[in-house]
Amino acid sequence: MITKATFGIWRGDARGGKFENYETRVSEGMVVLDAVHQIQAEQANDLAVRWNCKAGKCGSCSAEVNGNPKLMCMTRLSDLPLGKTTTIEPMRAFPLIRDLVTDVSWNFRVKKQIKKFKPRPPDAPDGTWRIAQEDVDRVQEFRKCIECFLCQDVCHVLREHHLHNEFIGPRYFVYAASLEMHPLDTENRLAELKKTQGIGLCNITKCCTKVCPENITITDNAIIPLKERVVDEFYDPIKKLFRMLKP
Amino acid sequence: MAQIETHEYDVLVIGAGGAGLRAAIEASASGLSVGLVCKSLLGKAHTVMAEGGIAASLANVDQRDNWKVHFADTMRGGQYLNNWRMAELHAREAPERVRELEAWGALFDRTKDGRILQRNFGGHKYPRLAHVGDRTGLEMIRTLQDHGIHQGIEVHVECTITTLLKDDTRVAGGFGYDREKGRFKLFHAKAIILATGGIGRAYKITSNSWEYTGDGLALAYQAGADLMDMEFVQFHPTGMVWPPSVQGILVTESVRGEGGILLNKDGRRFMFEDIPELYRNQTADNEEEGWRYTQGDPDARRPPELLTRDHIARCIVREIKEGRASPHGGVYLDISWIKKRLPNAEEIIKKKLPSMYHQFKQLADIDITKEAMEVGPTTHYMMGGVRVDADTQMSTVPGLYAAGECAAGLHGANRLGGNSLSDLLVFGRRAGEHAARFAKEHGAARIDDKRVEEAASAVLKPFEPDGDPRGANPFQVQYDLQEMMQKLVGIVRKEDEMRQAVDELQKLRERAVRVRANGNREYNPGWHTALDLVNLLTVSQMIALAALERKESRGAHFREDYPNKSDTFGKCNIVVRKDADGRMAISRLPTSELRADLKLIVEEMK
Repeated sequence: MITKATFGIWRGDARGGKFENYETRVSEGMVVLDAVHQIQAEQANDLAVRWNCKAGKCGSCSAEVNGNPKLMCMTRLSDLPLGKTTTIEPMRAFPLIRDLVTDVSWNFRVKKQIKKFKPRPPDAPDGTWRIAQEDVDRVQEFRKCIECFLCQDVCHVLREHHLHNEFIGPRYFVYAASLEMHPLDTENRLAELKKTQGIGLCNITKCCTKVCPENITITDNAIIPLKERVVDEFYDPIKKLFRMLKP
Repeated sequence: MAQIETHEYDVLVIGAGGAGLRAAIEASASGLSVGLVCKSLLGKAHTVMAEGGIAASLANVDQRDNWKVHFADTMRGGQYLNNWRMAELHAREAPERVRELEAWGALFDRTKDGRILQRNFGGHKYPRLAHVGDRTGLEMIRTLQDHGIHQGIEVHVECTITTLLKDDTRVAGGFGYDREKGRFKLFHAKAIILATGGIGRAYKITSNSWEYTGDGLALAYQAGADLMDMEFVQFHPTGMVWPPSVQGILVTESVRGEGGILLNKDGRRFMFEDIPELYRNQTADNEEEGWRYTQGDPDARRPPELLTRDHIARCIVREIKEGRASPHGGVYLDISWIKKRLPNAEEIIKKKLPSMYHQFKQLADIDITKEAMEVGPTTHYMMGGVRVDADTQMSTVPGLYAAGECAAGLHGANRLGGNSLSDLLVFGRRAGEHAARFAKEHGAARIDDKRVEEAASAVLKPFEPDGDPRGANPFQVQYDLQEMMQKLVGIVRKEDEMRQAVDELQKLRERAVRVRANGNREYNPGWHTALDLVNLLTVSQMIALAALERKESRGAHFREDYPNKSDTFGKCNIVVRKDADGRMAISRLPTSELRADLKLIVEEMK
């Protein structure tokens, strides 16, 4: 078994940077975040890395490991070819703050643009609702999202084309879907999805689905149904006729 | 003076987990300006890790449940050291807080007739925990976050408060720095709510992340507030033990709620061997009855695996100490055995415990539907904290409030699982409401520039050369502190070890003064760790001194040299405060007499 391995970690800030190699001990069960922490504690105290739960639940430690978007806390060293240098670099779709930490504040601003939850009136006199488990199950998948933003990181509309001003990205289509398909919600978010949030820009390459650490079927279960709803709402010939006749 | 970014709010909330978010929502709903300071990014606080559920006597699953039973369960679990008024308010208001979450968009699992489903949990007489699989905390924090962002609350992410500032006796603001650039921030506020969570990083094996360095407790202490119950640290009985890198990560109590059993290396279900007197009447005395309880039989009593956390953690330690540990030094927690009872067990486990399934599969190569997990105790929760008024959550410093884990009182000597999430909601809301009232009734407070300068220079100290060219590595000092606390002030405590801990803390403080930060102020974890150390050392000192003072065993506090409960200590809480000479003073505060109607409830449900 390998007892030492080399990690090439991106060091730098918005002005520039480079990969620095660090050799460190590895032991059974270690994940990439453990190696980063060990290097930080022993060799580079100022190595910037964002993390919290270390159990795949908070979505803080997103990075690109050997070029693959991953949560560092859930990427085991035993799954990597440690015979060669393992590269660890920050997410590329967001501005770099320092080392492995990026400025993801754009995501939080985008969320505010999505209309908030608006429930139907309560079903019972005591102010509560009755909901079937099947209706809960339908949206639970979307509500599992831990906001790690790896889907945003790989989406070419953001990563290559930088259309951050006209496209909200897979995370927020999932969020919109969780509200649109919420059994109690009565709001309509389709006009914005079409006009300002850019759902039409997604050409369903499914890159987001592939990297989701929560295994949310982002494209098939969230984006495509939203696209269909937008089509129904705005391109249905009968509805179009109605809209034209409206004063 | 160094450049400082200044903000002014009516109410400043420090901490953005469940309690902080709920407090901020409440304060801003009353029309005031609210600033919310968040040590990490929004939505990443430890609330997100909570798995099991929110305790509230909705009585959707068992109609016999009501606030009185919940109250009695909470008091029993806390070994009657709880602030009874807090336990009452909590039990009475939790159902409304859960329903409110639903109105804000939270989606809980359902009963067959479409109501919120509730599950069994340790120490709760009836199925009481509203939940979403095993990711209830995520549902809760996301709901609060998504509701809060439309309320005009100003959020300061990745910002740490290092000093509270006062105007004479009342609180006037907070000073801190942002992580991104290391810039200073000064917040003027008429009222401040602390919601900073726990102290888990004082220990080596913990379920807590880097953030939980007791910041709110240390801030309150330095500001002259009373702290209470600091000896009561909850060691959750089931953390992962293997592989080493995941040691301490939580394994939810829901595993046991759904029928999981604890076994030693010989396959013996050891929890049946030691059932405390206080719980004998409520606990199954055979495996069959225990199983029926987990499957919803209203006539069955709970299996011993659902006794309180303090007791189970000690039983596990006993098994390990007496040589009956599993290969990696824990015990077995087995849910896969339910396949003997249920035809579709694998499917049920994956549905009820999805994140546990993934956690073990991905981190330990263990399929929990097929084999047993290995588990052992992990530092999880601080029952103690800032001493607050039960109704308003105000500390002994005017204008300074505390809610959630960093406040003391609700849980007494031991917290029941599920009572934490409801605590955050009930007392987060109360703190928000009363802080807002305080802010309305009082004008702006004045902040002394000199104090701000002192705070700024303290924060920069780790960058100053001090003659010792090597300085000390902040990570190494933190590591040594964690090792020491784990060994000397852990689950099983005794006088001489804790005396030694106090000496060691003195040495660690001397080293901490010399820690050096390399590099610059931009997103520098070495520097942040150096600053967090100050708080960790302060709370560790409080824990050690309070634990020395309580010469008995009760709840989470177990003393090998005083293994029994004492009537004297059963009638007092231990209070920590800074005395006039700046020394840490320990005193005993008699508990207040239980109100007659509540006394009756406790007696009836014994």
